[in-house]
Amino acid sequence: MGRNVLQIDDVHKSYPTAEGAVAVLTGVSLALAAGESVALTGESGSGKSTLLHLAGGLDRPDRGEVTVAGVALSGLEDAGLARVRRDRIGIVFQQFNLIPSLTVAANLSFQARLAGRQDQGWERHLAGALGLSALLGRYPDELSGGQQQRVAIGRALAGRPGLILADEPTGNLDETTGEAVLALMLGLVAEAGAALLIVTHSDRLAGRLERRLHLRGGRFA
Amino acid sequence: MTALAALLSHWRRHPLQLAMLLLGLALATALWSGVQAINAEARAAYARAASVLGQDRLDRLVGPLTVTRYAELRREGWPVSPVLEGRLDGLRVLGIEPLTLPQGAGVAALPDLAEAGGLLEGRAARVAPDTPAEALAGLELVRSDDLPPGTVLADIGLAERLLARPGEITALILDPARPLPGPIPDDLTLQRAAPEDGLARLTDSFHLNLTAFGFLAFAVGIFIVHSAVGLAFEQRRPVFRTLRSLGVSARGLAGLVLGELLLLALVAGVAGVAMGYAVAAALLPDVAATLGGLYGAPVPGSLGLRAEWWATGIAMAVAGTLVAAAGGLWQVWRLPILASAQPRAWGRANARARRMQALAGLALWAGAGLALVLGQGLWAGFAVLAGLLLGAALVLPLVLGGLLALVGARARGVLTGWFWADTRQQLPGLSLALMALLLAVAANVGVGTMVASFRTTFTGWLDQRLASELYVTAPDTETAAAMRVWLQPKVQAILPIVEADQMLGGQPGSVYGVADHATYRENWPLLAAVPAVWDQVRDGTGLLVNEQMARRQGLALGDPVDLAGGPLPVVGVYSDYGNPSPQVMLGLAAFRARYPQAPELRFALRVPPGEVAALASALGDRFALEDGALVDQAGVKAFSLQVFERTFAVTGALNLLTLGVAALAMLASLLTLAGLRLPQLAPVWAMGLTRGRLAALDLARTLVLAALTAVLALPLGLALAWVLLAVVNVEAFGWRLPMQVFPGDWLRLGLAALAAAAVAGALPALRLARTHPAAMLRVFANER
Ligand SMILES: Nc1ncnc2c1ncn2[C@@H]1O[C@H](COP(=O)(O)OP(=O)(O)O)[C@@H](O)[C@H]1O
Ligand SMILES: [Mg+2]
Repeated sequence: MGRNVLQIDDVHKSYPTAEGAVAVLTGVSLALAAGESVALTGESGSGKSTLLHLAGGLDRPDRGEVTVAGVALSGLEDAGLARVRRDRIGIVFQQFNLIPSLTVAANLSFQARLAGRQDQGWERHLAGALGLSALLGRYPDELSGGQQQRVAIGRALAGRPGLILADEPTGNLDETTGEAVLALMLGLVAEAGAALLIVTHSDRLAGRLERRLHLRGGRFA
Repeated sequence: MTALAALLSHWRRHPLQLAMLLLGLALATALWSGVQAINAEARAAYARAASVLGQDRLDRLVGPLTVTRYAELRREGWPVSPVLEGRLDGLRVLGIEPLTLPQGAGVAALPDLAEAGGLLEGRAARVAPDTPAEALAGLELVRSDDLPPGTVLADIGLAERLLARPGEITALILDPARPLPGPIPDDLTLQRAAPEDGLARLTDSFHLNLTAFGFLAFAVGIFIVHSAVGLAFEQRRPVFRTLRSLGVSARGLAGLVLGELLLLALVAGVAGVAMGYAVAAALLPDVAATLGGLYGAPVPGSLGLRAEWWATGIAMAVAGTLVAAAGGLWQVWRLPILASAQPRAWGRANARARRMQALAGLALWAGAGLALVLGQGLWAGFAVLAGLLLGAALVLPLVLGGLLALVGARARGVLTGWFWADTRQQLPGLSLALMALLLAVAANVGVGTMVASFRTTFTGWLDQRLASELYVTAPDTETAAAMRVWLQPKVQAILPIVEADQMLGGQPGSVYGVADHATYRENWPLLAAVPAVWDQVRDGTGLLVNEQMARRQGLALGDPVDLAGGPLPVVGVYSDYGNPSPQVMLGLAAFRARYPQAPELRFALRVPPGEVAALASALGDRFALEDGALVDQAGVKAFSLQVFERTFAVTGALNLLTLGVAALAMLASLLTLAGLRLPQLAPVWAMGLTRGRLAALDLARTLVLAALTAVLALPLGLALAWVLLAVVNVEAFGWRLPMQVFPGDWLRLGLAALAAAAVAGALPALRLARTHPAAMLRVFANER
């Protein structure tokens, strides 16, 4: 139990719409051990992002429990959730990951510094590995999409969180760039020893991960 | 029609934006037209007062007058008309003889003869609409807008009955248009019409400043309109493009947008004038008291509705809207149909534009400097004001950006670093609102400093000028002589004040003779003087001139001034607020030698303060003195202080309103920016900050910007005050008021500005704190 970085037990989630509540997740359970990597697949609208948000403490389930690094999220207030996000989780979204008013360097170290865990050697290593060393003084709107996503990956890893969540991190990139960025990411996550839950459409990528979970009809198929 | 509907549907989807636009424009119009209404009402009141047989607007003969003597004079060909004045239950009763009254002598209130039947037959009296008229029961009352409140105009026969003074005549008015048949008879004294009352000039100053203030407030409001219209244009680019690609011509589209703007301006203009009416009606009682006090003219405490200011108010709203929207309209006109619909980059991308703006601001400052050095007249003064304020507004974003960069570079913590960087990034979006705040705070500092300086200077000056406890004017020389004898044992000193008309440097002015006494030596408000100035005045080897004469005629110490009996050098200059004309002071002996025919009717009396009241009433009773013949220094001072307190109340209320407008501008900008904010804040939230914390930081950001702006507004406001006191006042009135600073007021104002910013920032912050996580998360998803 305590060894799982992420544990999801019988989680339900529905959204209110004009036509009444629409159930998106209807009893999903999942356990992710330290260092493990899982690909989350499913059709568009099947609830992948919803599940990732719940796992990341960004939203709350209607029912069920999410436990991150042994901490049950349902018992936490906003501030407690924010602390879990800050200290335990690195997230990479499809877009708008970066803080536009800060330079690449400041973006890279932002979360690590917030969590009080800045490690400049590791940061330099990440920047080098991600090919960002020459871009550190730039601002996000001066970067290409692929560069922006590489910064986001570095930022998520800089504080060495136990859990990395990624929601189609290459969805906005062309295929070649996307493949390259994903490969980089997998390597660095493994190097950091973090657990990874990644939403992806790519069968090729899913095949490279240890496990693959497919969402359909609100549950894992 | 459908195209217009497509345009207008934008407002249905953005009701808050529409509300801001309308409210901003309406408030701006309200402040402007409110001030105009107050000014117009007060001016109309002066005109009315002056038009009623002006107490001293026409030359008049006084003395022992009877109906027989009057008839005699008429037979001898004297162009005179009798007047009986008196008071009845607090009303001023003015009896006239319509048939003999001089024509066209500014007597606008007089009914024309056809209409005057009732007056002639002694049945009717005319009164102002809101005059309480219990005392006039049984009379036919004609309500007349042309009369000041509390004045009853009646045929002299009726006035005799009302006042129970049969056969009496107060004075005979001389028709200025007709020549006198001979010298003034010995039994009568000619009372010359007083030149325009000096204090009236002070009220002019007050009105001028109010107008300047109203205009500033309007300008602040236009900033709101500009930002709201700009945003609406920005957001509707796709709609504009669609319309254009559907075949609407560029001209047609611009016409549509123009029509829409005019519609909005009209709605807001009408609302604004109505609000202005409310503002004016709320402030007018104070203004009325202020001006009534200063001028002695009754201004009704209530407000009439004048078609002119409805029209001008709405015209201002339309013109303001067009000015505010000109840039946007131009862009609509030039809009390329196929340009990419990429949202404009905020933040650093605008740095170049900001630098250009700042350069334009510096150019305006240079222009203001040139106008200050080279310009002449009131318009130069206003040009300096405009250049100074507008330039400052344009420079503000660059200065704020620089300050934030400076502070940000020093920030150690990760959150503080982000805080400053992000504050800087918000700057372009907020700069219009901050400019509005800058102008509002500067106007507050400027006008506040001016009014306070005015008060301090003026009351201090009164202390000096009215150093004697009591001033008395005798009706004729015999009474004056008797008065002297009677007063001699009762007072510490009798200081004669004699006066003669004299052309001074080509302008009509007056010469005063004053006694050599400590009262003058110790108190007279000298701005410049040679050593031993009073000895020279006593010995008749030099004279004093007032400030406005020295300024207008470029006189320095030692320069000669031409007088009856030969020129004398200037040995001193004194301040003489409230008097538009040149004035000269001589020693009493020199005056008597040069103007032997001037009657000695006025005295300043030095009395122990405790005995003033008793002496005044004894003097009044003993010599049957009229109202105004006795002036009690303490009363005048207390009164003028009260007047200034009221002025403060009025400017204070206007100040508050202007700050309110600026707060509204901030609220408008913050709300419109809120949508753009989410993508900037969502990553920070995802990385572990609560929404509450983000909201608190956003509020702090607003406060920091407001505080910096307020601090920057302080020097600007002082510069504004300086221009008002040392340039505009000098040009308009010939005297310069020394500037005094009141740091306590600044502190209060700074807190008020922060409070305004806090109120403006509270709602957006609250909305941010309550933002649903789903709204944050949508930022990161690509389904949009
Ligand atoms: N905030 C929301 N409000 C209402 N419906 C939502 C919201 N977020 C997601 N949904 C709906 O929930 C379903 C699952 O969405 P999502 O988890 O984003 O799917 P996926 O990421 O697998 O494409 C979709 O039908 C989507 O429209
Ligand atoms: Mg998704």
